[in-house]
Amino acid sequence: MSRGVYKWATLLFSLLSTSVFAEGKSMPLNLTKGASDISAQVYDLHMIIFIICAVIGVVVFGAMFVSMLLHRKSRGVTPANFHESTTVEIIWTIIPFIILIGVAIPAANTLIAMEDPSEAEVSIVVTGSQWKWHYKYMDNDVEYYSLLATQQEQIYNKFEKGENYLLEVDRPLVIPTGKKVRFLITSDDVIHSWWVPAFAVKKDANPGFINEAWTNVNEPGVYRGQCAELCGKDHGFMPIVVIAKDPADYQIWVDEQQAIQLAAKEEEQKLLAMNMEMDELMSVGEKVYTSSCAACHQGSGEGLPGIFPALKGSPIALGDVSKHIDVVVSGVSGTAMQAFGKQLSLKELAAVITYERNAWGNSTGDTVQAKDVNAIVKGQ
Amino acid sequence: MSSVAEEVHHDDDHHDHHHTPGIKRWLYTTNHKDIGTLYLWFAFIMFLVGGAMAMVIRAELFQPGMQIVEPNFFNQMTTVHGLVMVFGAVMPAFTGLANWMVPMMIGAPDMALPRMNNWSFWILPFAFLILLSSLFLEGGGPNFGWTFYAPLSTTFSNDSTALFVFSVHIMGASSIMGAINVIVTIMNMRAPGMTYMKMPMFVWTWFITAFLLIAVMPVLAGAVTMVLTDKFFGTSFFNAAGGGDPVMFQHIFWFFGHPEVYIMILPAFGIISHIVPAFARKPLFGYASMVYATASIALLSFIVWAHHMFTTGMPVVAELFFMIATMLISVPTGVKVFNWVATMWRGAMTFEVPMLFALAFIVLFTIGGLSGLMLAITPVDFQYHDTYFVVAHFHYVLVTGAIFSIMAAAYYWLPKWTGKMFDIKLAQWHFWCSLISVNLLFFPMHFVGLAGMPRRIPDYALQFADFNKWISLGGFAFGLSQLIFLALLIKACRKKGDSVPARVWEGAEGLEWEVPSPAPYHTFETPPVIK
Ligand code: HEC
Ligand SMILES: [Cu+2]
Ligand SMILES: [Cu+2]
Repeated sequence: MSRGVYKWATLLFSLLSTSVFAEGKSMPLNLTKGASDISAQVYDLHMIIFIICAVIGVVVFGAMFVSMLLHRKSRGVTPANFHESTTVEIIWTIIPFIILIGVAIPAANTLIAMEDPSEAEVSIVVTGSQWKWHYKYMDNDVEYYSLLATQQEQIYNKFEKGENYLLEVDRPLVIPTGKKVRFLITSDDVIHSWWVPAFAVKKDANPGFINEAWTNVNEPGVYRGQCAELCGKDHGFMPIVVIAKDPADYQIWVDEQQAIQLAAKEEEQKLLAMNMEMDELMSVGEKVYTSSCAACHQGSGEGLPGIFPALKGSPIALGDVSKHIDVVVSGVSGTAMQAFGKQLSLKELAAVITYERNAWGNSTGDTVQAKDVNAIVKGQ
Repeated sequence: MSSVAEEVHHDDDHHDHHHTPGIKRWLYTTNHKDIGTLYLWFAFIMFLVGGAMAMVIRAELFQPGMQIVEPNFFNQMTTVHGLVMVFGAVMPAFTGLANWMVPMMIGAPDMALPRMNNWSFWILPFAFLILLSSLFLEGGGPNFGWTFYAPLSTTFSNDSTALFVFSVHIMGASSIMGAINVIVTIMNMRAPGMTYMKMPMFVWTWFITAFLLIAVMPVLAGAVTMVLTDKFFGTSFFNAAGGGDPVMFQHIFWFFGHPEVYIMILPAFGIISHIVPAFARKPLFGYASMVYATASIALLSFIVWAHHMFTTGMPVVAELFFMIATMLISVPTGVKVFNWVATMWRGAMTFEVPMLFALAFIVLFTIGGLSGLMLAITPVDFQYHDTYFVVAHFHYVLVTGAIFSIMAAAYYWLPKWTGKMFDIKLAQWHFWCSLISVNLLFFPMHFVGLAGMPRRIPDYALQFADFNKWISLGGFAFGLSQLIFLALLIKACRKKGDSVPARVWEGAEGLEWEVPSPAPYHTFETPPVIK
């Protein structure tokens, strides 16, 4: 190898190895058996069809390479002239056919089992929206949104990326092990797809329709997935995290959540009688804005021209307060602007609206209180 | 039917062999060879444009984190890359080859409808001008994927969607006109004695492709029109709130989309069926079964569309039906591959550049076909769907399939077109660089997909970093390799190189090798007689 080439090669290699191997997380090179019986069956099917394909590949390419080696003009061969053989052609039509039937049967069995969500013990409504998941437990008073937890600073390379970069959420879904858990999957806006590879569950969330899927997880653990259907700008940023707990722990968790959600409701009632200070509203508002609004309207409030309007200097953010509250609470139907009334608490709504009216030079000086928001919510 | 061939049309009575000079020659031309050249250059330019977008995508994905572009622009890149490559590069390239070769292969003087031929080409640049200019509007161009699923492309898209719809309409009109021309030419203008079962494979595959085009391009036109009215005129075809169904969009789209993938591969099968016998010096094995296999693939392609939609939530019976129908398609496709290998078997092979591309096609297309078979198995498709495994699959069939076959065809017929042998050294560089880089680019995608990386994301979890780095490097190398091809083509168009005889390749068969090289401006003004 000449010196020049060698130098380039070492340079390239060091470039790759420093940045690549420093990340230090390795990736499985195949599907995994997953966490349920079904996912193990799917894995087996994958291996069967893969091996069949590999064998076909070896036979076909083998014949081809032998021919390329032996039947080349440079070896002085004279070409044969055959160009037909009905027997051979029938054989190589029939054999693949038989192989296919052999695969189709186990595949059909697995498929039928996967598509039978009956007799589930736990049912959870999974709703996708731009760009978060909402989980609602049918049998308990528990529901919440689950958002990406990775900081923007990591995404924009200002902070070091954490271990579960882009695969972490603020509030994971929790399910019991050893029980058939049914997911009722739908969407509030565009099509999303709820995918957890370890369960072999990937089902589209279609607006206006409900799809069913189910799993029965064998081992407690943390399972991660992602939205699998292009759903707009932040499609790459709506992960799924599921924690499987054994049934006793699961029950404890459910009770806890019910208590917390009840307490939050009582808290809201108290808030209606109180006024919050501007400083507090602004600091809470900024947090809410960053997690719920910045994906579209941007941290700077300037939006994305032509797609998401700017709130900085927007007539709504500077104009009539009740109109502003109304837009945020009920959304704008037929656009990406969602109804946040059911997503955020009264306090959060009040805070984020106050924030929008006083940030980025929108100095209206207005404070919006929980009771103001409540008046509009009730007024509907 | 062959008696029709006697009434050879003469609507270009003047027969002048001097064409109008300058740009007007190209604007006004009705000559199938000129129009073929226009199509081919247009396709190549679009290939570079779409490739540049792929470079943006791969540059962003080189490392985890957002570095170069914003997510919204990334989505525009994936969308427009797909549209440009499918409608701007692959399809016009095949139409260009059909224009050049079909009349020469069947012994006809030109295409049957030369004026429509001019029109079908010249509306294309405008379609792409409109599409590409939408990228520069406020809010950007289409960002909903080349599959433009509703309601992302309707309620949730920006106003440039109107331009997208309009440009797709023009592309569709162009394709339909091209297809009509091919069918009319083949049915009416074959030389006396050329029965259907004597037609060269490229003619056969294009004949069938043209019927597919006429069948499905109107469906695409319907889909984009419904998107347009849903977005701008208050209809609710795909809007559940108004009684519509977003999944219906996918059924309509893929009813077009699946035959579309065969539109992009059947002519490739034809090309390979010419090149392999030529360089194996042995007739094509199983000509008749090749024809029947092509026809059955085309027919089956209408009943498999929902294999793109297994995760949308269909009844189990439907899933089983589409799984089995899809698996069935692999039988005639397998027959094709077996026939090519049998053609090579006990031939006397040489490995000129067209043959190198053809051999690479057979191996790599087969890899793409086998991963397609894996994708057909519904329960496992749930795991593969919308991951990089699918991206790997369709790039194997489209890049190392369709595009490699186009390159093979270009090298095979270029000396016939220019009368000069192309620069063989450059061509070999082009082949080997492309072969190595394209596999570095697409092979690791299989693993990334199996490990769980979704497609169409601008940023990814850290575990995928190593592989994405290699994929991006492969991508850049493949992109650069195409500049070798550009250099070679420019050299070829300037008629550099050694002159070649009429039969450029020792083992080549067919009427196109009977006419001198370069092929004269008008060929077969008196039809040859086929025995
Ligand atoms: C998924 C994207 C998205 C998110 C998230 C989002 N918005 Fe919006 N928002 C929009 C769009 C699109 C519009 C424009 C609607 C229209 O066409 O009238 C809009 C409009 C608005 C307006 C009216 C602006 C004007 O000048 O017309 C306000 C106020 C607003 N949003 C507040 C919020 C708040 C507060 C949040 C967070 C709690 C939020 N938005 C989150 C997409 C979004
Ligand atoms: Cu998504
Ligand atoms: Cu398909």
